Parts: sequence; C-alpha cells; structure tokens
Amino acid sequence: MSAVLQPASVEELAAAVRSAPRVIATGAGSKPRLSMVCADAVRVSTSRLSGITEYEPSEFTFTALAGTPVREIRAALGERGQYLPFDPVLADAGSTLAGAVAAGINGPGRWRYGGLRDFILGVRLVDGEGRLLRFGGKVVKNAAGFDVPKLLVGSAGRLGVIAEMTFKVFPRPLAWRSLRLPAVDEIAKGRLLAELGRGRWELDAVESVVGDPVVFVRLGAPEAAIDALAKEIMDRFGGEILGEKEAAAWWFDAAEFRWTHPAGAWAKFPLTPSDGPAFATWVATHPGARARIGAAGNVGYVSWPVMEAAAECPWRGVLLRGNGPLWPGPRRLTAVAAAVKAALDPVGRFPGLED
Amino acid sequence: MTRPEPSPALRRLAAVVPAGRILDGPAQLAAYESDALTAFQTRPLAIVVPETQEEVVALVRFCHAEGLPFVARGSGTSLSGGSLPVAGGIVIALNRLNRIRRIDLDQRIAVVEPGVVNSAVTAAVQAHGLHYAPDPSSQLICTIGGNVAFNAGGAHCLKYGMTSNHVLGLKAVLATGEVVEFGGASREQAGPDWTGLFVGNEGLFGVALEITLQLLPRAECFHTVLAGYATLEQAGDAVAAIVASGLLPGAIEIMEKLALEAATAAVHAEYPPGCEAVLIVELEGPREVVAADRARLDALLAASRPVEVRPARDAAERLAIWKGRKSAFSAVGRLSPDFIVQDGVVPRRRLGEALRLINGWSREMGVRCANVFHAGDGNLHPLILYDGREPGALLRAEELAGRILRMCVEMGGSITGEHGVGVEKRDYLPAMFAAEEIACLKRIRSAFDPKGIANPGKMFPEKGAPALVHAGLHPLEKAGVISRE
Repeated sequence: MSAVLQPASVEELAAAVRSAPRVIATGAGSKPRLSMVCADAVRVSTSRLSGITEYEPSEFTFTALAGTPVREIRAALGERGQYLPFDPVLADAGSTLAGAVAAGINGPGRWRYGGLRDFILGVRLVDGEGRLLRFGGKVVKNAAGFDVPKLLVGSAGRLGVIAEMTFKVFPRPLAWRSLRLPAVDEIAKGRLLAELGRGRWELDAVESVVGDPVVFVRLGAPEAAIDALAKEIMDRFGGEILGEKEAAAWWFDAAEFRWTHPAGAWAKFPLTPSDGPAFATWVATHPGARARIGAAGNVGYVSWPVMEAAAECPWRGVLLRGNGPLWPGPRRLTAVAAAVKAALDPVGRFPGLED
Repeated sequence: MTRPEPSPALRRLAAVVPAGRILDGPAQLAAYESDALTAFQTRPLAIVVPETQEEVVALVRFCHAEGLPFVARGSGTSLSGGSLPVAGGIVIALNRLNRIRRIDLDQRIAVVEPGVVNSAVTAAVQAHGLHYAPDPSSQLICTIGGNVAFNAGGAHCLKYGMTSNHVLGLKAVLATGEVVEFGGASREQAGPDWTGLFVGNEGLFGVALEITLQLLPRAECFHTVLAGYATLEQAGDAVAAIVASGLLPGAIEIMEKLALEAATAAVHAEYPPGCEAVLIVELEGPREVVAADRARLDALLAASRPVEVRPARDAAERLAIWKGRKSAFSAVGRLSPDFIVQDGVVPRRRLGEALRLINGWSREMGVRCANVFHAGDGNLHPLILYDGREPGALLRAEELAGRILRMCVEMGGSITGEHGVGVEKRDYLPAMFAAEEIACLKRIRSAFDPKGIANPGKMFPEKGAPALVHAGLHPLEKAGVISRE
C-alpha cells in the first residue's frame, strides 16, 4: 500500500488531491471495499479533518467536516433532542460522515423519512483538478443549481473527495417501542412488510433476518400515543413488545452490522418487498451466508463467510467489504455516467466508476 | 393572412412524427409564448405534441442531429420562466403523455408519464389510502414532468421534502439522444444517485419519459390551527417556539396583512380582525400522535400572545384555511394589475429580520409588497406589486426583487427554494456560486447536453435577456384555475 496523506484543513485536502496523479479518499475503513483500488493510488485520509463546523438546532441543520465521526454527530444532536433519522450506520465502528455519504448506506430508521440522500443539503468537494467547490446550500430548502450533493451519495469517492457536508435534521421522537411480529415464511413476510408499509402507524423501522420467521418493527412517537399504536399492531399481526435491553441490542446489532462475518465479504442490494422470497432462496445457495432485509423489504444485506463475494448476483448492488467487483450484479452502463465522471475528474485522478 | 413557407428544419421535422402533431399557426404559437411568468415572451418555431415515448425519443434525436433547440413543456406553470420557448427552437408539449403506467400498492409506487397532472396521481390511489406528497399550489394542472424538472415544492416540504425526495427512479431521453434508466422501484439505491442529480435539472439534461414516484399512506388525522397576531414579530416568535419544542408539523405558514386582505376579498376567507399576520400550523399523523402533539401545540400557541386562535373543527374548516392560503397569490392580483413572485430562502431564525428589511425597502421605494411564506423552512414568497402601464414601475419592482435575492444570499440562504432559477433568476446564480462552481455545473450540463440544445437560456447567466414585457395575470390565473406559490 502506498503513502497516506492526512490533511488538516479543506485547503490542505485540495492540495493533497493535487499532489498525486492517483488519489482515493479514506475514512475509518469500515466499508473497506470502497477504497480497495489500484495500489499506486495515494490514500488521502480524512482523519484530521474532523469536527462540526456549524450547528443551528433552530434551523434543523448542521455542517461538519468530512472525517467527523458519526458517533460525535449523534451525540451533539442528541443533546438538543435532534437526530439524523436515517440512522447512519457503523457509528460504534468509528465510521465518518463522508464515509456514510460515499457508501450511500442507511440504518434501520431510514424507513420513516427516507435515506441519507433525503437529508443531505450541501457539500464542499474537491474535484479531480483539486478545486474546492461548494454545491447545494445550507438551508433546508434550496433549488439553485444541479443537485450535486445527491449525486455524491453512493459515489464511493469516484467523482470527488468530500470536504464538508450540510445535513437536515429532525426532532427525535420522545419514546420508542420495538415489536417482534411472526411471519411463517419469506412469502408471508413479504405480505406482512407490505401491510406494515401501508398502515397508519408511521413506523420508524421494519427489518428482518432472512430465514428467521419474524419481523422486527420500531415505533417512535410521543409517550402518550405509543402504547396504543403498539397494541393495535400486535392485535392485528400477533407478536410481542421487546424489553428495552433486548430492543437496544437488536437495533445496535442491525445498525453496526455486527451480524456480518467479520472476516467475510459484505454487500448491499436495493430490492422491493416482492423480491424477498427470491433473495432468500439465492442467499440459501451460499453455504454460511447470512442476510438481512431492511426498510420493509427495500434493501437486502448479505455477508459471506469468505472474502470472496458471490460471483453471480441477480441484483445490482454495492460490495462494502471483500473481493469482487465494487458493483456486483447486472451492469447498467450509460454514456452519460462516463461523461459526468469526466466533467468532475477529467484527468482520472480518482478511480473509475467501475473500479 | 398568408402563412409563410415552413422553414427547411420544420419540413424535415414533419417527417419525424405522425401528421397532426406539429402546431405552427400564429394563434397556436402565441398560446405557448409564455409560461406562468408572463413578463417573458418568446415565439417558438413550432409546437410538437407527441403522443408516445418513442415519438419523444425521435424528436430529441432529431433535435440533436439538427442542433435544434427544444423546450419540454407540461402545463407551463413555471414561475421562473423555466418553460419559456427558445426563438428558433421547438416546444415539445408533453400533455398527451399522460398515462399512469403502473401502480403497485404493495411497493407503494406509481410509474407515470411526464404529462400526468400532479393531483391525478393522488386521485388514482386515494381509494387505497395513499397519496403523492408534493403539493405545489398549481397541483390541479401542473405536471409531474415539470415537477421533476424544477424539483417542485409545496406547503409540506418541512416534513416531507421536495419532489426529489419522492422520485425513486426515472427513464429519460437525454439531449444526446441516449435513453437512460436511473434508480428503480426500490427506495434504496446502489451507486451514485443519478436520479437525484436529474431531478431539478431545469430541463437542461433531457426529457423524462417515465417517472417512478413513491406514494405515502395518507395521514389518518389532521389538526390545523390558524392564529392571528398583532405583530409579525409575534408570529415569528411563535414559529421559533414551535420549532424549538421538538414538534414536527406538516406545515407552518405565515401570511401578512396585505395578503390577508387580498384573500378576504377574493375567496371570502375570514381572519381575526386587527391582525398584522396570521400563522397556519398543521399537525398530521396517527390520531393518537396528533392528540398528544396537539396538547403541546395548543399550550405553545396560548403562550405566544395571539389575538385569536382558531383550530379547524372539521375537514371543511381545514379546507377553508388552506383555500385562503393557496389563493393568496392570485388574490393579490386583484390588488394590483401586475406582480412579481419571489422565492428566496433565509435561515429560519432570520425571518423577522428579513421581513423588516423587505418592508423597509418597500416603503422607501414606494413599491407595495405582500408577504406570504413557508415559515417552517424559511422560504419567502414576497409578492411585489406594480402597474406595468406606469413608466418605470416594472424596473422598480425588479430592483426590489433583486435586493431581496441578494439579501437571501447574504443571510446564508438561497435565491430559490422551489421555483427554480429559470430565466428569471439566472443573473443571480453568481451571487450564490463562484465562477468555478458555475463552470463545473456547466460541464455537468455539457455531459448531458454537449450541444446545448435542451432548454438553453435557463439557469446560467447569458448575454442578451429575453424580451421582458408588461403582461398582467395569466389567463388561467384570472379564471382562478391556477395560482402562484
């Protein structure tokens, strides 16, 4: 592995990008496949580019540098009764905010109000020529210019290096309840997920373990309302309320991906609830593979016991850890994607979109 | 009147689409000269009215081959001149591509063509307890294609976001003729968010052919309150208190006195007497949640020194509150022959300061200004009144509009919250972005449209302004069919 640069300011970050012909940004390394690129790329770490630069609770916005740990942001928001509703993942593993954007993965809470893409408002990024550019805005509503901040979500450092981001936040619900609902098989589970999605309860999270005949549901609401909602759901679907400790442990495991094989490959696949049974069948063909379904059937995560990801994937996804293509599954190559890559990175300083 | 010979480009165009799709009579061209920003007018070469996606693809490929500019258009309700035609170019009117291709109730999505009217999406699914959340005031006639191009907002953006937060995927023909599919039926994605980049492109990338929309369960219960205040500052303080309390209302709106008078005259809305400002707050969600939140909201409002608080007691009263709010803009049209709507955003905590500045300038310049705004997200909609027949009046109104836009940027906000830059605000883009940022946006545009044929003249500053004329209300606005918000 080649040198690691550790810029301590956004200007130094831009200079670091300009300093080498091949560059890849790295955060805490919790999604290692994203930065597993050609050996001659200089690694630019965001570890010294950390901290919340602006936080206005009354505006529902904050701005933070790229390497700010998600954990730190969660604590600062929590002090003011606010949160990022999409539950940025791997907080305990030290993951950074820019890493979350580059990976484009969300935690269980993304079900209620949307994912990271729905809360990012603005970015400062360093393009392939080393220019520091600002797009989007710092207010909750802005329609000026193209939505480059959204484009960067899931871009894995291939289009630019994120220096700073502005996010929208919401007030945190005052009370939480978690339920375990029965679902005899993956087909019944699919029906249950659809019904939960159409219901009146405004659920916060809906997740399940592939192969387990249960669905986990989280509610976030005022204390005075929450038990009536939980009771109605259980009256309709059966199930039970989880104890506080058990609930905390389950959601921690989900958001930290502790259930994955620590030394095995791990990938994300966008799905629809109707894909559930086929996804479960596919996972079962890989001995030792573990999988979870999140966002009421809209995403599947798989972890294999070995570092080699499955060679053939029926869905297009992103490999977060392990060996194999960054984007497993059917390709959807467009001429315009290459053209936009060239617009932001004309000299190919960052890895290609398909590397 | 004899019609001139069709131009060679027009003759070749006739071979691209079936007969009867091209409109080029003087009366037909005149009907498309403007959108809802009637101060700008440009006569296009022709209007083409395709009926299928294949025809749209063929048209765009023809335009690419010929280097012929095109403007895709839905119902023409843009408030920023976003669908203003290009002289010598064609307008692709997408109104006949108005099929809802698929509704999936389990996945809660609708796949629609660009000419589908915003409110038609909700109409198609409301029997199943679902709705399409973005609700621009023109939702009875504006189209999803236009909503996507300009990332339309509405009164419920604080909680639900804009159009881009509800578009899961789309199929589009780019200005190069390439047909692409971004995103899909899932709420999750892998790879760069191309869908997110496309929404809000202001027609500069190409034409969306099919759009996958997320549908939400309709809120079970609403609690809508109208509170009148003796001063605007008190209304502003009430907003701050609500936001600080941890409540997340679906909508928080403020109307100032001049707008209240207009709504009273136009739709017989009734407001508490002696108020300088009225605040509208709407809670929504499961009935138990609304009941719990309502107790907190009522206490906050009672402590905010209102002249009067009027909760809507039933659905009819709720609709009456919203009717007054949503009619405010066209109602203001009765107070003045002409007006300009602005759309800037300021940080919420600086709303009071922003309004004091606007009102000060308004007095100083002798230009009347009625303020209506989405207080929850700091999105101002000052209506600047003028009489275009009076010499210099339009210029004074534009001067005030310019001051307001610069103020929004200086306060750390934006020149546009939901109307887009379009033609109207393109000269203000450099107030928000540095030269090299605009250069980068232009390079992205060129990646989608190397020849610069898709809706040229919008978003980016250009030499030579389109004709600015005094025009009065849009005919549909006079008829009360559309309104500006």
